[in-house]
Amino acid sequence: MPTPVIEAKQLSKHVTSSEGPLTILHALDLMVEAGETLAIVGASGSGKSTLLGLLAGLDVPSAGQVRINGVALDQLNEDGRAVLRGREIGFVFQSFQLLPAFTALENVLLPLELANRADAAGQALAALRRVGLERRLSHTPNQLSGGEQQRVAIARAFAPGPKLLLADEPTGNLDSATGERIIDLLFELNREAGTTLVLVTHDAALADRCGRTLKLEGGRLI
Amino acid sequence: MNSMSFVWRLCKRNWRAGELRILALALVVAVAAVSAVGFFTDRVQSVLARQSNLLLAADLALVSDHPLADSYRQEAKRRGLAVAQTMLFPSMATHGTESHLAEIKAVDERYPLRGHLRIAASSSAPMGETARVPAAGTVWVEPRLLGQLGIAVGDAVKLGERCFTVSAILRFEPDRGGDMFSIAPRLMMHRGDVPGTGLIQFGSRVSYRLLVAGAEKPVEDYRIWLASRLQRGERLEQVSDARPEIRNALTKARQFLGLSAMASVILAAVAMALAGMRFVTRNLDACAVMRCLGASQGFIVRVHLLQLLLVGLLGGLAGCMLGYLAQEGLSRLLGGMLLEGLPPPSPLPALQGMLTGLAVLLGVVWPLLARLRDVPALRVLRSDLPLPTVSRWLTFLPAGLMIAALVLWTAQEVKLGAIVVGGLCGFLALAALLAWGAMRLLRRLGRSQTGSWRFGAVNLARHPAASISTVAGFSLGLTALLLLTLVRGDLLRNWQSTLPPDAPNRFTINIQADQRSALQAFFQQERMPPPPLQPMIKGRLIAVNGKPLDVSGFDERARHLTEREFNLSWAAQMQTDNRIVAGRWWTAEETGQPLLSLEQGIAETLGLHLGDWLTYDIAGETIKLRIANLRKVEWDSMRANFFAVAPPGTLERFPASYITSFYLPPPREDMLNRMVKAFPNVTIIDVVAILAQVRSMMNRMAYAVQFVFGFCLAAGMLVLYAALSATQDARKLEYTLLRVLGARRCQVVAAVLTEFALVALLAGLVAAFGAGVLGWAVSRYALDIPYTFDASLLAWGTGSALAIIPFAAWLDLRGTMNLPSQRILNSV
Repeated sequence: MPTPVIEAKQLSKHVTSSEGPLTILHALDLMVEAGETLAIVGASGSGKSTLLGLLAGLDVPSAGQVRINGVALDQLNEDGRAVLRGREIGFVFQSFQLLPAFTALENVLLPLELANRADAAGQALAALRRVGLERRLSHTPNQLSGGEQQRVAIARAFAPGPKLLLADEPTGNLDSATGERIIDLLFELNREAGTTLVLVTHDAALADRCGRTLKLEGGRLI
Repeated sequence: MNSMSFVWRLCKRNWRAGELRILALALVVAVAAVSAVGFFTDRVQSVLARQSNLLLAADLALVSDHPLADSYRQEAKRRGLAVAQTMLFPSMATHGTESHLAEIKAVDERYPLRGHLRIAASSSAPMGETARVPAAGTVWVEPRLLGQLGIAVGDAVKLGERCFTVSAILRFEPDRGGDMFSIAPRLMMHRGDVPGTGLIQFGSRVSYRLLVAGAEKPVEDYRIWLASRLQRGERLEQVSDARPEIRNALTKARQFLGLSAMASVILAAVAMALAGMRFVTRNLDACAVMRCLGASQGFIVRVHLLQLLLVGLLGGLAGCMLGYLAQEGLSRLLGGMLLEGLPPPSPLPALQGMLTGLAVLLGVVWPLLARLRDVPALRVLRSDLPLPTVSRWLTFLPAGLMIAALVLWTAQEVKLGAIVVGGLCGFLALAALLAWGAMRLLRRLGRSQTGSWRFGAVNLARHPAASISTVAGFSLGLTALLLLTLVRGDLLRNWQSTLPPDAPNRFTINIQADQRSALQAFFQQERMPPPPLQPMIKGRLIAVNGKPLDVSGFDERARHLTEREFNLSWAAQMQTDNRIVAGRWWTAEETGQPLLSLEQGIAETLGLHLGDWLTYDIAGETIKLRIANLRKVEWDSMRANFFAVAPPGTLERFPASYITSFYLPPPREDMLNRMVKAFPNVTIIDVVAILAQVRSMMNRMAYAVQFVFGFCLAAGMLVLYAALSATQDARKLEYTLLRVLGARRCQVVAAVLTEFALVALLAGLVAAFGAGVLGWAVSRYALDIPYTFDASLLAWGTGSALAIIPFAAWLDLRGTMNLPSQRILNSV
């Protein structure tokens, strides 16, 4: 039986707020197989982003365990998790998270350079060409529209060839028409690369395009 | 991955995007300021050292009581140094039946190696510089000897077995130092003529001098070579043995230059700290993204550290070059007026500037790098996550220590550096505390007030950490500049008071007790103020606390001092240019008590303490006196001063002569002839030439101090402006938001001006108070000059800060206000 790309067991997250202890995620279990497309939907504050952060190793759970391609994240230190992310995971964020000082090309180059890839420039160029931004290579984020910025972010996510793509409300900052084009592009690239996609959204239409949808409510998957 | 190539690319990208530019600009300006002040100070110090060498007529002088081995001269010549030899000895000069003691100086053609002789063709002719020395068979004499022998230029003088023609009047020789009250008038002759006189016999008291001059390094090497070969009776003479008035002024000028260099380092640290904080803050989100994309914490630190090093090296180099060009340009502009022929600077200031820039950059930014390392990668998903703060002020301790060490290094004097560093640390804490209190107050006031100014005030209170850093930074920078202004004023005032226009230019010695009233009457008759007369008794120190003086443990200077006779005096009141440092001056009731007031320096040299009983042999009779107080004497005051003074009624029974000094205006010089006729035994010493020399050097030093000060002030302003620009990002965004929300331009301007007027007021107050206290400490304890509390200067300083800082802030933000708001929102 092939190893699941994501395996989360009894995953919990508690935080202490000014009003006392607060449980964001309640002992949830989740398994995502290779090539699967999964949407996690839920209202604001349901814990979607917290779950995504735990799956990416950006945060540590209060209890439970996450395995990415069989590697237990709790066995890795902060730097080990960073290396794993660089090798296995691509990200697309609601607020794009492009480096403002860098051009489109340089933003796409960044994960390739961090992974010390040979021909990083060629790969970055190809990725930007694939998202239709070959004429915008030297533009910085503040010279690009929101849709263009998200396309750069998608190119950056796919350029290193990750096994898993995590997307957090990828259309949240875009108008509906642009958002739709971005989602088309995301799914198209995902299909081409055979990447496993986990997408967090509160948009039901977007969730419907995924192979499976899980709903998060009050910190529990239902 | 290969950090270095990544860093290089990152640097290029950050530079192009402007992220590194402000940091690099602050660094370049700071290093340029430090190195320019350093370069200039170095050059001025070289000139001052060279000027002071005039007092030796050489760069180095070897003095001996026996003929010097020719190997010393040969070695100096071998090293490419210029060499001259002189001989000094007392001898009787005779003309007809008149004989008087003269101090003979026999010189060779190369004398003097530094400076010039000045001669006059007759008593009434003007003096002029000459490159010659007396030709064989001729002598030059001081006017005093002419008067004593009753001769004129062209007459003959007999020295030993030979007759010489007086060919000129000697008015000035650069190395005429020593005790002007105990020396006979000078007669200068050619060294080749000495053997013919037959004056030098076995046992003659001759001082042989080998003068050496050349470039700094070979002279220093030769000094080291010579120092290890000195025989008994041979000693090296330094500038410190020369005229005290110049020596003191020189030391103070050097201290001021050190203080200026320190101020530039402090300003550099302020600029770097503020720019460094901006750089780190702006990189936090980028680091979160990089962490998310796979960069390890170590990699983040490494990349930023290398980036800073690269900026530090390149910016430092650019700063050094700019500093060099700036001081070179200004030296060319002002060099001629300031000091002729400034020597090229040494490379040390460049190294100092580079090290300062790098050390301050890394020292200040290093603790902040922990923020970059610890930034949570989760911020990419949750921008509301708090950013890591620098948890402990202790993490800045190494930076603080490093800056303190740099400041001490540039001061080149522990006492001065310690006062400034210690004081500034205290005032930095005070500034932070005051700013913190003000933030709380503003926050409270802001709630109850309305208007544009409220936004400015609240804006300051809204970012307490940034505001406290800004206020503390500006306080530090302004304190350094105000301190420099205050000390400069004190120093120049001190120099001016040392030699006022009516400083005594004639000294009169050998006045007998019964001539006192006649002399006073003579001055009244001449319509001149009668000068004060001071008694002078010659005595030899023979025992301390009843034990005969043991000179075996004394160094050469101490031994030299005990071998000759002391000039003792008595006085009811202490001279105004003296200051008690231990014990107390006597009262009227203590008249006749066996007490003594001793000069502090000689007490230290001879190891004497308050309460010690000193036995003097005065004209064959002994007297015991107890040290009642120690005095600090302003030797640079050009007034007669005494090492040892007793109360009235103690020494009167001993034979005393009197001395006095007075200012004789140039048109009244004819009075001297009448004085000589009326008091033929009295010796008048003309110090006009010496005064002119001292005045000229002090003027040059004053120019140097003024120039370095002005340069430091300009560099300081520039550095503070760079620091101000570095803290403007958040404000640009906030004020643009105000514009987006409908604020009128004048409302935004009012808010900006209010915010920075408050910063300026707080910083200005701390700086005025800090500079006032530090100025007192530096003047009193480091420079040892009287401190003048200058309230108007401090008020002026605070007022300038209040005018300049808000204006500069507005100037910096003005461009932003003319741009479309969307562009600002996108770019910040």
